[in-house]
Amino acid sequence: MTALLEIRSLTKKFGGLQALTKVDLLIEEKMIAGLIGPNGAGKTTLFNAITGVYAPEEGSILFLGKQIIGKKRHEITAVGIARTFQNIRLFPSMSTAENVLVGHHCQMQAGVWGAVSRNRKTRQEEAIAERKVMELLRFVGLEGQEDQLARNLPYGDQRRLEIARALAVEPKLLLLDEPTAGMNPQETLALTRFVSRIRDELGLSILLIEHDMRVVMGISDRVTVLDHGIRIAEGPPEAIQKDPRVIEAYLGRPSERVRKRSRPPHLNP
Amino acid sequence: MEKNRAEWLNRQWQSVLSIPRWLQLALIIGFVAVLPPLIGNYWTHVLAYVGIYVLLGIGLNVVVGFAGLLDLGYVAFYAIGAYSYAFLASPKFGIHVPFWAMIPACAALAALGGALLGIPVLRMRGDYLAIVTLGFGEIIRILINNLDALTNGPKGLLRIDPPTIGSFHFATPTHFYYLILAGCLFAVFVTSRLNDSRIGRAWIAMREDQDAAALMGIDILKYKLMAFAIGASFAGVGGIIFAAKMGSIFPDDFSVMVSVNVICLIIIGGIGSIPGVILGAIVLIGVPEVLRAAAIYRMLAFGLLLVLMMIFRPMGILPSARRKLELKKED
Repeated sequence: MTALLEIRSLTKKFGGLQALTKVDLLIEEKMIAGLIGPNGAGKTTLFNAITGVYAPEEGSILFLGKQIIGKKRHEITAVGIARTFQNIRLFPSMSTAENVLVGHHCQMQAGVWGAVSRNRKTRQEEAIAERKVMELLRFVGLEGQEDQLARNLPYGDQRRLEIARALAVEPKLLLLDEPTAGMNPQETLALTRFVSRIRDELGLSILLIEHDMRVVMGISDRVTVLDHGIRIAEGPPEAIQKDPRVIEAYLGRPSERVRKRSRPPHLNP
Repeated sequence: MEKNRAEWLNRQWQSVLSIPRWLQLALIIGFVAVLPPLIGNYWTHVLAYVGIYVLLGIGLNVVVGFAGLLDLGYVAFYAIGAYSYAFLASPKFGIHVPFWAMIPACAALAALGGALLGIPVLRMRGDYLAIVTLGFGEIIRILINNLDALTNGPKGLLRIDPPTIGSFHFATPTHFYYLILAGCLFAVFVTSRLNDSRIGRAWIAMREDQDAAALMGIDILKYKLMAFAIGASFAGVGGIIFAAKMGSIFPDDFSVMVSVNVICLIIIGGIGSIPGVILGAIVLIGVPEVLRAAAIYRMLAFGLLLVLMMIFRPMGILPSARRKLELKKED
């Protein structure tokens, strides 16, 4: 297996706040990598650094061996990295099909002349794109909803549409930012299976931010744990679950817990 | 009885809608094309004037309606088109480039102006963009007013060449009416094709959520510049037709009121909607001509109309399907 994404000692500051400190991350082809950590650990910041939303101060991000720090957002998308958002960001008054078509933007070429003349090349391109869109909507389970406005879709379907839109980019790496947020256990289970299917059927790598431990542990090949912007653990899910530093980051130190239980702070003399 | 009548009307309307679209268009164009001999010189002149505003409205609609960039300095590109033609086709410098060669040249110059304005300001959003473009429009007008050596200042440029085809000279309002009609049809064709393409989708996505659009691979700066340049090029064409029609142009023809009128007609007609822009131009530019007698109340009526529209029909008279939905959201 070869490295698809290689992040080395990435540092990002917001004024005095050290959002990421020398973070390393390696994603191989056809791998599902989990990214976990308490709130404010820097997970979404890492996503934003990878996709060019933030410029990191130090470190490097290599995608297929090429540096992508300094590239613009759309250029990073064009090399094959697509993402979804923690709080859904569809184009609300575009239809389901149009949302996916926008994701397909980079795979199309029509410029002003092509659009105005609607020449053979443009018509072919549009026809291919339309087929692709239908295929993707079927894949995520939204067939028959092509003309629905994105904002009229139920919440779970909006999450699926966001994934379809990201897949239309035809990425090599898909970044999913808490795809099961706000879902009930059944929906979560279905989506977890679906994420595995994306990897198995489309053969791409996935980096997944997730709060639901069962989801992450169930489908990830490797898990990376961030706490206060520092990578505190990395490894296969079984090892992560037992890692004392991870347990500490999530639950606090054992001695602290004991002390808190025996003497609540407000009773301290 | 009343109900039956309403049903009958509704049925008639449905049957009108069921006529194929190309036939509807052909009927409308045919109707507009036979108007001049029926309505006489004066009304042809008024409609030609409305037509120039339709052209400007369709151009600005690309910027404001499709791409969602509030540009209040649109008149600058209109002025660039008009003065470029006046420099190169009048006794001022003794140069007489043919009108038809100047049409693409003026469109290109205005587009260049649009791109040059765009580069520094397109990182701004909303209100800031509006203020800077407003300033740009005024700068161009003030330059024209003061560069006496080039523009004759307030005395204007006179005896601008009319368009000719062989020995035929465009002279009467009817001739210009058809020229402007052709320009409008061309503009409608180009912009509706653009709207319904990869480019149009990128503009809408950008308008709805700029950051998400960028992360879907849309080069925001490029598409904003493109909207600015394309929008400006139509103003350039409007400007050259205006200069050729009037035969003389003055700085006052390019006041900020032109930009304001064009924005108003887009808002009243239905932002983002091409039929809306056409209707908006008729209502806003045509009706005041009809009501010449009440000219002093014109601004009052404008203001009142805008306020009433915003309260009762914020999407405009003939809204685009999408905008209608966007505004419904807030109800």
